[in-house]
Amino acid sequence: MAGKKRIGVLALQGAFLEHQQVLSRLGCEALKARTRQDIMNIDGLIIPGGESTTIGRLLVDYDLGNIIREKAGEGMPVFGTCAGMVVLAREIVGSDQYRLGLMDMEVCRNAFGRQVESFEEDLTIKGIERPVHGIFIRAPYVTRVWGEAQALAEFEGKIVMVRQGHLLATSFHPELTEDTLLHEYFLSMV
Amino acid sequence: MAEKGTFAVKSGLAQMLKGGVIMDVTTPEQAKIAEEAGACAVMALERVPADIRAAGGVARMADPTVILRIMEAVTIPVMAKCRIGHFVEAQILEALGIDYIDESEVLTPADEKFHVDKHAFKVPFVCGARNLGEALRRIGEGAAMIRTKGEPGTGNVVEAVRHMRQVMAEIRRLTTLPKDELMTAAKEMQAPYELVVEVAKAGKLPVVNFAAGGIATPADAALMMQLGADGNFVGSGIFKSKDPMKRARAIVAATTYFDDAQVLAEISKDLGEAMPGIEIRTLAPEERMQERGW
Repeated sequence: MAGKKRIGVLALQGAFLEHQQVLSRLGCEALKARTRQDIMNIDGLIIPGGESTTIGRLLVDYDLGNIIREKAGEGMPVFGTCAGMVVLAREIVGSDQYRLGLMDMEVCRNAFGRQVESFEEDLTIKGIERPVHGIFIRAPYVTRVWGEAQALAEFEGKIVMVRQGHLLATSFHPELTEDTLLHEYFLSMV
Repeated sequence: MAEKGTFAVKSGLAQMLKGGVIMDVTTPEQAKIAEEAGACAVMALERVPADIRAAGGVARMADPTVILRIMEAVTIPVMAKCRIGHFVEAQILEALGIDYIDESEVLTPADEKFHVDKHAFKVPFVCGARNLGEALRRIGEGAAMIRTKGEPGTGNVVEAVRHMRQVMAEIRRLTTLPKDELMTAAKEMQAPYELVVEVAKAGKLPVVNFAAGGIATPADAALMMQLGADGNFVGSGIFKSKDPMKRARAIVAATTYFDDAQVLAEISKDLGEAMPGIEIRTLAPEERMQERGW
């Protein structure tokens, strides 16, 4: 592919600007993705943290879910953080809310508790040599994975990072730290 | 050992709320409507600001029963208000497990000189501000999120516009000042010097800044976003209107597609009657909630 990688950040609600800033620093063309047209024109997509029910509502109302599924089916890499992880999951514990259902995993929302239980911790990630600092905010975790999905990191026995081929999801927020390692990891998949 | 209640997780939740709408609700049913409509959080209250204004008297923290029922009804974050300076109401709200506390001028102040020391809490706080000095004093006290005060319960956006423009203009001015003028700037705006230096360098507040106080239509919500708000609080505007679900969904969409006039035109159709509004000039000075806070 010629020129810069064109990475979209789903800009419906949440911390999309923070992802765009990291991507720009890494030399990508970081684009807000808000319409079908936007999704058509990107090489990879990040679904940011925010509220998964809000993002789901807008994915339905503005008919973006199908085009994302289609492009991901054709091999477009997608990276979901926190709410993005929830939106990517096939199963959500105790909820029938809208999801893209692209990844073979079951997630539990707000699984570590309410906001006062939100925390920071260093994590060990499979295939990455040094620890990565994780910021967990009303975070989900993955209760099980199957098929091609593979757990890459755990915290206290809970799965907090999963990869399935060209799809990646974290419970925590790499976009809130200065460390660009996980974004670089995702870009290597694009 | 995992660290809880750090400023990164407190201000981080506000970052996750960006581009969203936080709606005032008084019952679990309203909370469910708000969640279904796409609210990114709800504010649990006994009465919306328009009713507080109408009722008069002393407005206090809501009954914990009301707050807990709303917390049980939805999966999105739940906020609640404490009175300015009433740190015990804040302690109670933290003990209930609330996700965010609004130290709010909508309630009757409990202290006419001091605000709550918000650094002392694990739960994050949002506070209202009419200008940059006020915003930075609240951040200095530990607020992890700022919002305009506007004039709550009026359905009139003019004061929120005034406050957002004021904060943005003061930030722009700071970025043009040489470093040796920043101490005097801090003195004039009665703001902590370190935060003034930080804003001058970054060209923005160190925390998320929402609009609040008088937003009643999708156009109001988009206006505040175009003026630089990170998201919107809508108080009386939704559940005092004729068709709350439809209006709530439209305001959520307007906050996302704030710069797309075609979408805004579409979602503004057939919303039914908005809440009745109040002209600000008809309010006596003692009825202006925005004057509360120091």
